[in-house]
Amino acid sequence: MFSRISETFQKLKKNNMKGFIPFVTAGDPTLEISLDIIKLLPKAGADLIEIGIPFSDPMADGKIIQASSLRALKEGITVKKIFEMISNFRQEDSKTPIVLMGYFNPIYNFGIERFLSSCKQSGVDGLIIVDLPYEHDIELCTPARKNGIDFIRLVAPTTTNERMPLLLSQSSGFVYCISVSGITGSKEAEIQIVNNTINRIRKSSNLPVAVGFGIKTPKQAEKMLLGAEATVIGSIIVEKINEIYSSDKEYKKKLILIDDFIKTFSNEIHRQVRN
Amino acid sequence: MDDLKKPNSLKNFPDEHGNFGHYGGRFVAETLMPLLIDVNKSWINAQKSKKFNHELNYFLDHFVGRPSPLYFAERMTEHFNGAKIYFKRDELNHTGAHKINNCIGQILLAKEMGKTRIIAETGAGQHGVATATVAARFGMNCIIYMGHTDIERQKSNVFRMELLGAKIIPVYSGTGTLKDAMNEALRDWVSNVDDTFYIIGTAAGPHPYPEMVREFQSIIGKETKEQILKMENKLPDTLIACVGGGSNAIGLFHPFLDDESVSLIGVEAGGKGLNTKFHASSLNGGRPGILHGNRTYLIQDDDGQISDAHSISAGLDYPGIGPEHSWLHDIGRVKYVSINDNEALKAFQMCSRIEGIIPALEPSHALAYLSKLAPTLNKEHIIIMNMCGRGDKDIFTVAEKIKEKI
Repeated sequence: MFSRISETFQKLKKNNMKGFIPFVTAGDPTLEISLDIIKLLPKAGADLIEIGIPFSDPMADGKIIQASSLRALKEGITVKKIFEMISNFRQEDSKTPIVLMGYFNPIYNFGIERFLSSCKQSGVDGLIIVDLPYEHDIELCTPARKNGIDFIRLVAPTTTNERMPLLLSQSSGFVYCISVSGITGSKEAEIQIVNNTINRIRKSSNLPVAVGFGIKTPKQAEKMLLGAEATVIGSIIVEKINEIYSSDKEYKKKLILIDDFIKTFSNEIHRQVRN
Repeated sequence: MDDLKKPNSLKNFPDEHGNFGHYGGRFVAETLMPLLIDVNKSWINAQKSKKFNHELNYFLDHFVGRPSPLYFAERMTEHFNGAKIYFKRDELNHTGAHKINNCIGQILLAKEMGKTRIIAETGAGQHGVATATVAARFGMNCIIYMGHTDIERQKSNVFRMELLGAKIIPVYSGTGTLKDAMNEALRDWVSNVDDTFYIIGTAAGPHPYPEMVREFQSIIGKETKEQILKMENKLPDTLIACVGGGSNAIGLFHPFLDDESVSLIGVEAGGKGLNTKFHASSLNGGRPGILHGNRTYLIQDDDGQISDAHSISAGLDYPGIGPEHSWLHDIGRVKYVSINDNEALKAFQMCSRIEGIIPALEPSHALAYLSKLAPTLNKEHIIIMNMCGRGDKDIFTVAEKIKEKI
């Protein structure tokens, strides 16, 4: 089946490159700027884009992403508007995969069928839903995969060897390896823990692995990438966006600052050679 | 526990996945799943363990002060000139509310599991105080997450927790109330998976918490049943309890679920009214959704964002409710009504003057509904209301509100 995500990882493999996945919160700092930021990401080196669906109670997120979610909600972001943003993005870019990350309630509330058909229509490629462990696959994972939308699983350092194959058997696209036992953007990622988790993932899955949570510098990204195919950079980008736009929202000129910042990561990550 | 085995019993829930019909479940991040599975295993073993049950009973008797009396509220009965009114006096427990029934159970489980650090969320501070109390008794580190809004309105409980050696962490995220404190406690747990046990205070959260909290609180209903049979030689006609997350209510109701003649009434906090945005009635003013690890009725906006609850009572100020209540609501076994701030405030004062019992603002909601119901019933009708907490913690809030009105 056609999947922008698997094609992207195949292309990276062919070019002997590692993948860079920036995360931004939809609607932060405003709906308009948010769309412009998403549009500049592929040009700044993003291989895949992860877009956060803001939720009032993001229990797996640290302060930075909590605050960005609240800002976006204040700006009036809704699930429907996120799909509008993505449709708009797709008019310019038909190649870069988009993955939505979020919590189940806004999706459940939107309606599963309506949500999945909106994903297809607007060009969403995958879903990462924090509070849907495989025990609840029937809720969204199964119908999503039937609709050709990848369901990307989060694997934690605490995931037992017993759970690993069960969890990964219904996973597609790539596997998201959480680098720490913790929330986003708090503890620093630890290489031993990451490598241990990746090794355990490899025993149950051939999917590419992306490492995320707690990666704050390009140097750290480089280290984390040793055993993985890609890395997700989230909180630090969200924080940078807030820093740049907290003073005023005269933004067109400022997009260049975001662009520069994103490139410090993509350049470092793309310099890495696959083993 | 024998009657649990009966087929078609309403007491057979949840199933092994934690479902009460459509509600409940385990909607949490993968990082927490292995922990919850561990807690569940230990909980299943504990229920079968003679040693655990012996210890639990010992502490309930000698530390908590159980059984709590079932009290005939003679003056109130005369006052309303209708149904015969009884109070289940759980406000007489150590620490002043029903919360400690559950905390004793959970800390014994934490001890069994070899955990050394206890975390909890609190709204009114009653669960925080009960948790800090048992943590002190068992020599464990104790961290309490409390919304900064609640810290302001429940200062005396904050000081009590500090005296008991707990560390209070004010929560500024979201709106700084109970739901945010629960988010923060979950974040703490995700970050400290090895040594930490999360004592959830209400019959909500991911499986097995709703079941576990209910079982620890069911002591209320079991005692009530024995006591009323002894005093009246028959079952009560109506049980009334206030419902926030719903732990005191499910504790009272559960042993009576299969007694069809007993009508069960849960009283939600109506805040400034169900027609406003300022209430905490998830069943009467919300719809099903997913929060804090379970599917249940929630107060939320059109886009599935959780709204702030509002109630004069910090303990009911939560935009969700335990999943078992959602199920009992849907199947119609329990009737859920709503009482607003002013009605609760009036009942608070009425009970203080007529019965010489200063109730907490939480059961004042149940009292307010009782005030409406009792006069409409005949003298043979027996109502038991759960007096789940005492009002000492609320006197400043009430003083302020009464002055406001003058």
